[in-house]
Amino acid sequence: MSDHDHSHDHGSELSEQQLRVRALETILVEKGYVDPQALDAIVEAYETKIGPRNGALIVAKAWADPAFKQALLKDATAAVATLGHVSPVGDHLVAVENTPRRHNMIVCTLCSCYPWEVLGLPPVWYKSAPYRSRAVKDPRGVLADFGVALPKETEIRVWDSTAETRFLVLPMRPAGTDGWTEEGLADLVTRDSMIGTGLVRTPAEIAT
Amino acid sequence: MNGVHDMGGMDGFGKVEVEKNEPPFHAPWEGRVLAMARAMGYAGAWHIDDSRYAQETLPPQTYLAVSYYQRWELAAEKNLLSRGYVTEEELKAGHAIEPTKPLPRKLTKEIVDAGLTRMSFFRQSQGPARFKPGDRVRTRNINPLGHTRLPRYARDKVGTVELIHGCHAYPDSVASGRGDDPQWLYTVVFDGREIWGPDADPTLTISIDAFEPYLEPA
Repeated sequence: MSDHDHSHDHGSELSEQQLRVRALETILVEKGYVDPQALDAIVEAYETKIGPRNGALIVAKAWADPAFKQALLKDATAAVATLGHVSPVGDHLVAVENTPRRHNMIVCTLCSCYPWEVLGLPPVWYKSAPYRSRAVKDPRGVLADFGVALPKETEIRVWDSTAETRFLVLPMRPAGTDGWTEEGLADLVTRDSMIGTGLVRTPAEIAT
Repeated sequence: MNGVHDMGGMDGFGKVEVEKNEPPFHAPWEGRVLAMARAMGYAGAWHIDDSRYAQETLPPQTYLAVSYYQRWELAAEKNLLSRGYVTEEELKAGHAIEPTKPLPRKLTKEIVDAGLTRMSFFRQSQGPARFKPGDRVRTRNINPLGHTRLPRYARDKVGTVELIHGCHAYPDSVASGRGDDPQWLYTVVFDGREIWGPDADPTLTISIDAFEPYLEPA
């Protein structure tokens, strides 16, 4: 940071940042640009409401309801809009389906584009240089960092989110889940399985 | 611009480090920075590509050294200053000094839920789409000094149009203050070997979302 040349020790760095941000907020509030209660509500929404459970419910519904799955793959924005319990998404959501032949992985090499409405805020690793630099060139190496090894013949498709389109991976439904409720199925769906850096949980993993 | 933000394919950044049970924010100020950025975006102070360009034009050593939300905060300060919403004196003082510069609207508590839905980037098309799914295209070899969403690794490469996403605001134009200049947007897929050469993983395909001006027939 540009003002680090007058920071005195590492311990003061965070509080210095806190003070800097507080000063900025004070100015924006005093000038009438932002409403502090609106800021509180935004923070609260991302801490409590907008997270990967939204995406997991979409995936579970697609597993349980073939018509919904078809609609989701055709136009994810329209399909998700039919689900009242999931927060509204912008106009540009695209769902991409994993199959035994093809594994999909999502990245934003240029910044941090991520489907916030369905997955919440991106984790630090998604926004980090190691992931952004390597996902497009060495996706199997990245998957190894996550402890995931795919068959060597599986096609890997990396989607670089270079515009306002946002991608959600529809992972494969695990075996042994016939007749499960959508809520139960959603418990198997991890955030990383919807980014493509992880796989869904198996019923055995849930039972332990 | 060919900045350090354009990281696709760079080597040497190391392993991906995953934090278990990561919280949405690691300190309260991170949430405030995100919320201020969203509120100013809603208010119409600047566009999302202005935020991206402000980050891209940070000194590369700063871009790489600071945390994600510090980058957001520095970008917000740049846009506030350059557009005259806040002055250097105000940032130093930590208080408002100058008169308020009017904004089109304000995000209030009552409308936060609606205000958090992403804006639409669809725009009225200015003509028919030049390409259709299945078309072979070559990305242009462009190196603009301004903002672009065509990553370096995907320039001058031959791929196939897979999806057409409609007509969108064009970031290269928006971030340079020249307005939406709507353009058709496509998902274009490349064989990994087209991008990384014969040693690339033969099972790899990579797609980008490419605005029509990035493409020419192959």
